[in-house]
Amino acid sequence: MSFDPNRDYPLGAQRPELVTTPSGVPLSELTLAAAREGRIDGAEMRATPRTLRLQAEVARAAGRPQLAENLERAAELASVPDDLLLEVYTALRPGRATVVELERWATRLEELGATATAAFVREAAAAYEERGLVRAQ
Amino acid sequence: MRSKRFAARARRELALEPLVSPLPELGLVAANGPNDPEPELALDGERVVRMDGRDAEEFDVIDRFVVAHGLDLGIAEEAMALEDVEIARRLVDIDVPRAELVRLSRGLTPAKLARVVGLLEPVELMLALAKLRARRAPANQAHVTNLAESPALLAADAAEAARRGFAEMETTVGVARYAPLNALALLIGSQAGRPGVMTQCAVEEKRNLELAIRGLVTYAETLSVYGTEPVFVDGDDTPWSKAFLGAAYASRGVKVRFTSGTGSEALMGHAQGYSMLYLEARCLAVVRAAGSQGVQNGSISVVALVLSLPGGVRAILGENVLAAWLDLEVASGNDAIASHSEIRKTAKLMGQFLPGTDFVTSGYSVMPRRDNTFGGGNYDADDLDEWLTIQRDWQVDAGIEPVAEDEILRVRERAARAAQAVFAELGLPPISDEEVAAATTGYDSNDMPPRDRAADVEAADELLARGVSGLDVALALDRRGFADVAAAVLGMQRQRVAADYLQTAAVIDEHGLVRSAVNDPNDYAGPGTGYRLDGARWELLQSLPQVVAPDALVDEEDAAEPLVRERGEAGVGDDPSEVVVAVGPAFGKTLRRTIAGLDHGEVLHAVCEGIREGGAVPRLVRIRRVADVAFIGHDGARLSGSGVAVGVQSKGTAVIHRADLEPLDNLELFGMAPLYTLESYRAMGRNAAGYALGRRVGPVPTELDNFARAKLIVRTTLLHARETKAVVAEAPPVELELPASVASAQ
Repeated sequence: MSFDPNRDYPLGAQRPELVTTPSGVPLSELTLAAAREGRIDGAEMRATPRTLRLQAEVARAAGRPQLAENLERAAELASVPDDLLLEVYTALRPGRATVVELERWATRLEELGATATAAFVREAAAAYEERGLVRAQ
Repeated sequence: MRSKRFAARARRELALEPLVSPLPELGLVAANGPNDPEPELALDGERVVRMDGRDAEEFDVIDRFVVAHGLDLGIAEEAMALEDVEIARRLVDIDVPRAELVRLSRGLTPAKLARVVGLLEPVELMLALAKLRARRAPANQAHVTNLAESPALLAADAAEAARRGFAEMETTVGVARYAPLNALALLIGSQAGRPGVMTQCAVEEKRNLELAIRGLVTYAETLSVYGTEPVFVDGDDTPWSKAFLGAAYASRGVKVRFTSGTGSEALMGHAQGYSMLYLEARCLAVVRAAGSQGVQNGSISVVALVLSLPGGVRAILGENVLAAWLDLEVASGNDAIASHSEIRKTAKLMGQFLPGTDFVTSGYSVMPRRDNTFGGGNYDADDLDEWLTIQRDWQVDAGIEPVAEDEILRVRERAARAAQAVFAELGLPPISDEEVAAATTGYDSNDMPPRDRAADVEAADELLARGVSGLDVALALDRRGFADVAAAVLGMQRQRVAADYLQTAAVIDEHGLVRSAVNDPNDYAGPGTGYRLDGARWELLQSLPQVVAPDALVDEEDAAEPLVRERGEAGVGDDPSEVVVAVGPAFGKTLRRTIAGLDHGEVLHAVCEGIREGGAVPRLVRIRRVADVAFIGHDGARLSGSGVAVGVQSKGTAVIHRADLEPLDNLELFGMAPLYTLESYRAMGRNAAGYALGRRVGPVPTELDNFARAKLIVRTTLLHARETKAVVAEAPPVELELPASVASAQ
């Protein structure tokens, strides 16, 4: 599959064969008939990390580096469980976590393959420490 | 002493709104504040050591975040070296493309951005906005809520909003636990109205994410950012936490737009002495640095505070321009009530309405204001015809389509029926037929039959616990025979898989095609370019249901018996007590009534009666060579034995004229034809007789209705066109006689 981010957007219309659900069902098979027969599942109707990375490529090619980075973080977070997402968000709120705790969350994200997001959390921890936004102990 | 005029103005609604002078210490200054820092950016190699009046060690979280993610140091040197006014000129120069301006913005600090936009005049801001908007075609967003949290009414209102062309719609909750049901009703209603409309339910983040994961909503704009660190922290967030949340939403297939707006820092007590526009520039720098595709800005819920200050409306337009310049999708406020004054509110709206933004409002209340639980309703259901008419007036597309009543009733009922079916299929508390009927035709939630709200809330909890998804909703619709709505709901689930709507300024058309700034970018480069309202879309937006063909305003007269009989050419009279009554070419022929609806025969009868009451003798003539009342009257006067005539146009405008006056002069002119009764025409006759007989005459008392023109000018034009058509060039005047049936009434 060659992908041209300048030409292949929208993926759903231009390159549907590149788009699948997390378990690999192609976009073209996401039909009412398939749903009636129980061949697709509601929890499956979401973007894969790969699709989000393709969208990041599209954003970068369109001259939007920050949106691309956001979508790359999203690609990493796509496979992170819901509860963990909300826990990391809470830890990033002001005065919620110590530097050590934030480092622990960064490590946890790294273990899940979310390296860019882990670096983002570490960058936050450094800024919070200097601005007094970490929990005291 | 008190002036009654000042007192009258003090009673107008505008007077309810305080206007204050600037107080920069509290951040009560709209733009160009005295304490705003001088724009600056000092680098030590690849490191920013000073920005906008602060050394790196003093940087707060906002500065740090912007420096880390929001500045392109490769462009900064070039961009920061440009004079403010030079950049400002480029913003309005149609020969400098949008892409070049976006490139420059990547190297500018917040203070520089605010300074440049602060130089633009209102019309320049509008031109810049038209040029900088991300998506080619403007769109609009609706608010859909009601006080009763009635699911049938939510679905019906969502369907109406979708059918009227809103690309996005937003609901919220009065009671937090209702969220799943409200999101569900919105999803069903929106897709019943028009496939592809995106929906959101504005609730607390955790709940919001849950709804997104279930596929019940597709976008969120609840991520607020602020321009000072203390306010950001009081909002219980930092730029990093908000950026993380944005990525988390995107990871679940949710389109995210941040929210910011002038005035929020002052309202929350920590503006740090800076102007609203400068602080908004800091917000927007954070929004872009966080990788949000767009922003809801334009003061939003703080709009009334900004409007209390000089230049407030201009600063709000300035912040919209700033956001567009930073390459962000803009949903440009106009949702919270900006003013009690309809004049002031609409004057403010024009800043966004005329140039067009990605979403002209971030919430047009599709239902009456009292059901708007956002505290919004700046424009609501009752204002719809005005909005549509203003679009038509300016030939501007502000995102709302006119739809006929029967079609609206059809989609509302279908949506309420679809919601009823899904509730039944999913075992939710039933929606009754009475609810469906009331949701279809009702005015607001007062018209809805009561529901068991405790049961609804329990069912809402259970809906989430059971893990009901968007796909389950599609299947429920499918089983109940709503195949098209089922397909549309499934279509939205497919969109989540493809994630194309995560790109900047994305909306989805009725065929499921995503249109964003990537594949439908704004290409405005001056006249003849960019989005222009023409062709089929212009046909649609001008065809309001109440529009009629002009000729339908004037009854066709049958060519049966004429009201007056023509008796050959009229000569000059020699009876000094004679008053001529001269009528227009169409009078009593192709026109039979005045604009006030008076029968021409009765009008003539009344004038003649008045003349006789005044002691003079009437003689009827028709002037055929002109349609203008002054010439009709003057021609009549030259035929009159006394030199005095009453001229009457077919639409009822009249004049008392005398032969020795200039044609455009007169003794009395009666230009308020819509207000005249037969008694008015009788009085005209009496006065004409008085002039003819040399008596002292007081003018006929006339009334004034300054709105008569606004109401009747189209009919006036059409009636006059009929009169003009009856003109026979250079034809001599003819004697007229009232037929016996009318004459006998004398």
